[in-house]
Amino acid sequence: MNLKLSFQIAQTHLLAKKRQTLVAMLGVTFGIAMFIVMISFMQGVNQFLEDSALDASPHVRIYNEVNTQRPSILDQNRSSDSSVNVVYHQKPKQQLPRIKNGLQMVRLIEKMKGVLGVSPEVSSQAFFNNGPIQISGSMAGIDYPRENRLYNLDSRIKSGSFQALLTNPKGIVVGANLAKKLNVNVGDKVSVTTPMGGNLTLRVVGIFGFGIGTIDNIRCYTSISTVQEILGKDASYLTDIHIKMTDPLLALDFGQTLQKQFGIHTEDWGTANQAILAGKKIRNVMTFVISITLLVVAGFGIYNIMNMNVINKLKDIAILKATGFGSSDVVSVFLLQAIIIGVLGGVLGLLIGFGISYALSITPFDAGDMLSLKTFPVIFKTEYYLMGLTFGVITTILAGYFPSRKAAKIDPVAILRG
Amino acid sequence: MNVLSASHINKYFFEPEKFQVLQDVNFEVKKGEFLSIIGKSGCGKSTLLYILSTMDTDYEGTLEVNGQRLTGLPQDTLAAFRNEHLGFVFQFHFLLPEFTVLQNVMLPALKLGKYSNKEIEERAYEKLRLVNMVEHTRKQSSKLSGGQQQRVAIARALINDPTIIMGDEPTGNLDKANSGLVFDIFRQISHENGQTIITVTHDPDFANGSDRIIEMSDGRIIRH
Ligand SMILES: Nc1ncnc2c1ncn2[C@@H]1O[C@H](COP(=O)(O)OP(=O)(O)O)[C@@H](O)[C@H]1O
Ligand SMILES: [Mg+2]
Repeated sequence: MNLKLSFQIAQTHLLAKKRQTLVAMLGVTFGIAMFIVMISFMQGVNQFLEDSALDASPHVRIYNEVNTQRPSILDQNRSSDSSVNVVYHQKPKQQLPRIKNGLQMVRLIEKMKGVLGVSPEVSSQAFFNNGPIQISGSMAGIDYPRENRLYNLDSRIKSGSFQALLTNPKGIVVGANLAKKLNVNVGDKVSVTTPMGGNLTLRVVGIFGFGIGTIDNIRCYTSISTVQEILGKDASYLTDIHIKMTDPLLALDFGQTLQKQFGIHTEDWGTANQAILAGKKIRNVMTFVISITLLVVAGFGIYNIMNMNVINKLKDIAILKATGFGSSDVVSVFLLQAIIIGVLGGVLGLLIGFGISYALSITPFDAGDMLSLKTFPVIFKTEYYLMGLTFGVITTILAGYFPSRKAAKIDPVAILRG
Repeated sequence: MNVLSASHINKYFFEPEKFQVLQDVNFEVKKGEFLSIIGKSGCGKSTLLYILSTMDTDYEGTLEVNGQRLTGLPQDTLAAFRNEHLGFVFQFHFLLPEFTVLQNVMLPALKLGKYSNKEIEERAYEKLRLVNMVEHTRKQSSKLSGGQQQRVAIARALINDPTIIMGDEPTGNLDKANSGLVFDIFRQISHENGQTIITVTHDPDFANGSDRIIEMSDGRIIRH
């Protein structure tokens, strides 16, 4: 078999039928281009959703679960298999969401491997009053430098600043939507009441927006000591510890480790955002199915055209065989045509796919105030392009192989007889 | 010296019904001989020639060329054998239409790969000069007249200096002048180069000019 010669013959055949070649090529081009756009866009959406979920939530959260179901004293003292104890309307025990030894834990965890940052919080439900308006929400007492390291708070600020929390002990940074509802701006005063009855008047020093409704609607930040003060607790009172890892995937195991080591409750981001992870899976399947469909359609296009090509070239095949070309030569002549079509169409598809993806990535997209999205989310990864080209070439080889096989099996005598 | 020998060749067609086309065909051809096969239309000449050409392998009996038994060899081995030792000229001149005259002539030699591309091109020019087609080398083969195409086909058949050149009515579609040209070329290569020619022909002048005539009737050889 002489590949160079087969290639020359294949090339001559393709150039002799330019229009047909172009049509076959464009089939592949379309398939690959759509594949690239689909996968770049879908993965972009996945990444965006995951990022926005991960950005605003901890990889691991440590908290103390307040459990109102406790065994009655009767059950604890006199339980037996033969009798049933009935206790009506048992009152829950007074229980605090306090994390025991929280500050020590923060210092220990901070030194652990794979931990990017740890931030202690005191959180509480709160009612915000501005004149006659009263709105419920939540208040998080934070250690600004630590919390900023985890959530990049400075980039979320709309007006004012988070830094002011350090200098102004009675300062508060309010979520954008909450501020709108309360009709407050930086410099205004808000009165905050806790369910336990504590009350403080705080001054708005900043307004932030995460682009996530559930946060911007209800949350406000103030310093840890302010929340401790309003709750009437001591300086070691902590309710939450937020942890970010260098790799989010590490969080799942890390949570388990902490649970065992400290005997505390933890929640990882995967559990907290199951809907997003499920959505990602569904989108991945969808991308896969649509991409395969596109490639199969392109493959059928090539198959048809190559089949037609072989039928149109029966005489040529007979001559080649009569003059001494073997079946492997004939296969390579036609398979090479398919491969040339596949590679050229594929590369063109990658270029067009990149072009469309790029255009999409700079197209303004109005997602409303809630989402921090200005253009369509698109990911550019060499991997996708390699994948597209590989799939494209494999499809063309498969689609070209069967017609080529058929060409090689042609009996020259039947054709030359006329 | 025998360059080809066919012994006890039987061939059947099964479509539309079983029918014996060739019945116990035996003959030998000597080196450098210019042989014509004649006979009425439908008597099995083409069928015999395709068996001799090794392209048809579905027959009984044995075929030897150049002292090598070819019966029963696999297709690809036979293809390689044809490439090196056999040349063909068909009635309908069968060139590859997308290729130039020069490319058509060069292809079997490129396949053989015995010479460099440059040498092959020189040889192709030499063969095209022999058939008087040098001035058309760069033309696309589909743009030539019938007689010209047939001469290019002869040049292609000669490119690898085959032992035997076979023709199935090579002048069947040509006018008197072109037929004469083809005859002269065949005569020249058999007598000067010692290459063997086996052609099926309907043209009595052509047959009478050759060294030997085999006449067939209803699948048998009736005259050597
Ligand atoms: N593929 C085929 N199937 C069945 N019969 C065939 C086939 N090819 C040729 N024949 C028959 O075989 C006989 C010999 O044909 P052929 O060798 O072409 O004759 P010739 O070349 O002498 O005119 C004819 O009767 C023809 O009809
Ligand atoms: Mg015939």
